[in-house]
Amino acid sequence: MSDTSTSSIMQEVQPRKPWVNRGQSVRDMVRPTVVAGVVASVVVLLTGLAGLLGFYFAFVLSFIVVSFVDGMRHDKVKAVDKVMTTLVTAGFATAFIPWASILFTVFKRGASAIYFGYFTHDMAYTAGDDDLGMGGLSHALVGSLLILLIASVIAIPFGIVTALYITEVKGKLSGLVRVIVQSMSGVPSIVAGLFVYAVVVSRYSFSGFAGAISLAILMLPTVARTSEEVLKLVPDDLRSSAYALGASQMATTFRIVLPTARSGLITASMLGLARVAGETAPLILTAYYSAVYSLKVTGQPLASLPMYIFQNFSTGTDTALTRAWGGAAVLLSFIFILFIIARLAGRGSRK
Amino acid sequence: MSIATVDKPTADGPPRRAITNQRNASDKRFRAVVTAGAMFAFVVLALIASFLLFRGFEVFKEFGFGFLTSSTWDAGSGESLEGASFGVAAMLVGSVIVALMAMILALPFVIGTSLFLEYYIGKKLRAVLVSILDLMAAIPSIIYGLWGYLVLMPYAAGWAETINKYFGWIPIFKVDVENFDASPFISALVLGLMIIPIASSVTREVYSRAPQDQISAAYALGGSRWGALKAVVLPFGRSGLIGGMLLGLGRALGETVAVLLTLNLVFEVKFQVLASAGGNVASLIASRIGEAGPSEIKALMAAGLVLFTLTLLVNFGASIIVSRTSKVAQ
Repeated sequence: MSDTSTSSIMQEVQPRKPWVNRGQSVRDMVRPTVVAGVVASVVVLLTGLAGLLGFYFAFVLSFIVVSFVDGMRHDKVKAVDKVMTTLVTAGFATAFIPWASILFTVFKRGASAIYFGYFTHDMAYTAGDDDLGMGGLSHALVGSLLILLIASVIAIPFGIVTALYITEVKGKLSGLVRVIVQSMSGVPSIVAGLFVYAVVVSRYSFSGFAGAISLAILMLPTVARTSEEVLKLVPDDLRSSAYALGASQMATTFRIVLPTARSGLITASMLGLARVAGETAPLILTAYYSAVYSLKVTGQPLASLPMYIFQNFSTGTDTALTRAWGGAAVLLSFIFILFIIARLAGRGSRK
Repeated sequence: MSIATVDKPTADGPPRRAITNQRNASDKRFRAVVTAGAMFAFVVLALIASFLLFRGFEVFKEFGFGFLTSSTWDAGSGESLEGASFGVAAMLVGSVIVALMAMILALPFVIGTSLFLEYYIGKKLRAVLVSILDLMAAIPSIIYGLWGYLVLMPYAAGWAETINKYFGWIPIFKVDVENFDASPFISALVLGLMIIPIASSVTREVYSRAPQDQISAAYALGGSRWGALKAVVLPFGRSGLIGGMLLGLGRALGETVAVLLTLNLVFEVKFQVLASAGGNVASLIASRIGEAGPSEIKALMAAGLVLFTLTLLVNFGASIIVSRTSKVAQ
């Protein structure tokens, strides 16, 4: 449609944004940074604040004072503006400290658990508190992959069909379906697990299949919502052209709409997978944990990466905790890979 | 050959299709199948509610409203509800306290992050930082919990001690026993961290739709950047902020593992947020289900239904507020 051309024209005539940071203001930042750094060092030396965190705290506080004083050379408006700039930036930067700490800790402490056999051994003959260099998480890795595979087989088709209902069929219930999907994305993961526990586990047994169902419930809304966004981007011109050539709605959907949106739909699926790959709570109630490598998804508990971490955390000894960090490092890498695939696929669709 | 037939339609070629605005049988079938598939979400949601109600019904019948107001959790013989006593008051209050505290702790950072990303940096840097933020939202809760327990807790217990030392005269900061580990405060710190990316992605979206002409007008009147943000963006984005925070609240209320790892569950309604005792419905379910007998499982199902209803209401409110703002913005 003319949508794209309109938006590109809109971009051309958009007003300039004088508030966007340019090199000038970066240079202006150097002096207050140095001054605040010196002040913060003095404060740390004089008071009991200790460590990097203490220094950061002192630095932000002195930066606020310094930027106020700096701004007051002009007027109060400028001073308040500078103080708020400092506060907003600090609000953003402070949130990144714990995240950096999480990534750092996971990969640093996880590294000592990982050795060559970590991906080929299971924990059948190794206890969590045995020495590192024995056992591994092959069972958890394979279990996670199996559970995620089954969950995808359930959630991705239903997620895409749900999105198709909203964008292609445009039925009377579109609004309702959107609300339902929204509410479903708010279902606590433990409740999804509890539901599967009531329906499947309490009748049969813990199983990888039960785990997959609970993850599919959590995955569906993410897939549906992202797919809807993607399918909306397919130009209506394509649909009209197909109809004009006499194609049925099914042919239009399967031959035109879905192939056009393919890479976006891959993104949607990957985001859905990334959302549930680390879910632990539902697996406590459904797949549970087994220390033995197995490909059997019914009739017996099946290990998974989150449960491997959880089990080793519960054991609680030093080596077990190191194993937990190792599992966390593998899990996090797995999720990051899913994210990168989603990103790359998304980039493909924009071209 | 096929070209020839197209050029010269013969009498035995396909009949000319009637021009109509009615859907044909194939279209109707397709639409029916897709509609049925889309009802899946609805069916699942209904099944969850009815199964939890079905399995927890006896508990509601036995204890009535007392299930929500009592705090005793005693499985009795374990086989039947006779002699057992179940109530989720302490857990429910604990859940709400932890989630609300997480919201309060996260709020300034959500505002800071949203404003910073939309109005303080350029497009390229924003794209990078937004994907990092998305990545942070994808860190599993068990890793947040692991980090919260092993890395954050030693620091946070120290902060809690300092707060207690100077503000202990405020009732909620009082502690009876000097143990600051595994407190609601620490769980709230972890949860707050988890909801920052979720809430700020919604808030940022709404902030970015603030009317450009009004922002320009604020500058034209000689306002500073903060002046423009305060006069235009913040009032415009207020409901987006509320919606985003409510989404975060829903997430925090239902979070299990991060809380299970960082909170000491105690069956007693407590408002001392720095003390090593708190409650949480989701963690209760996860921690008890392993050794629960038939009667306790029923009680856990009932607790699950309470949690389900609570988060559904919060999320419903959030989505209404967010959708109302996006309509206004369009």
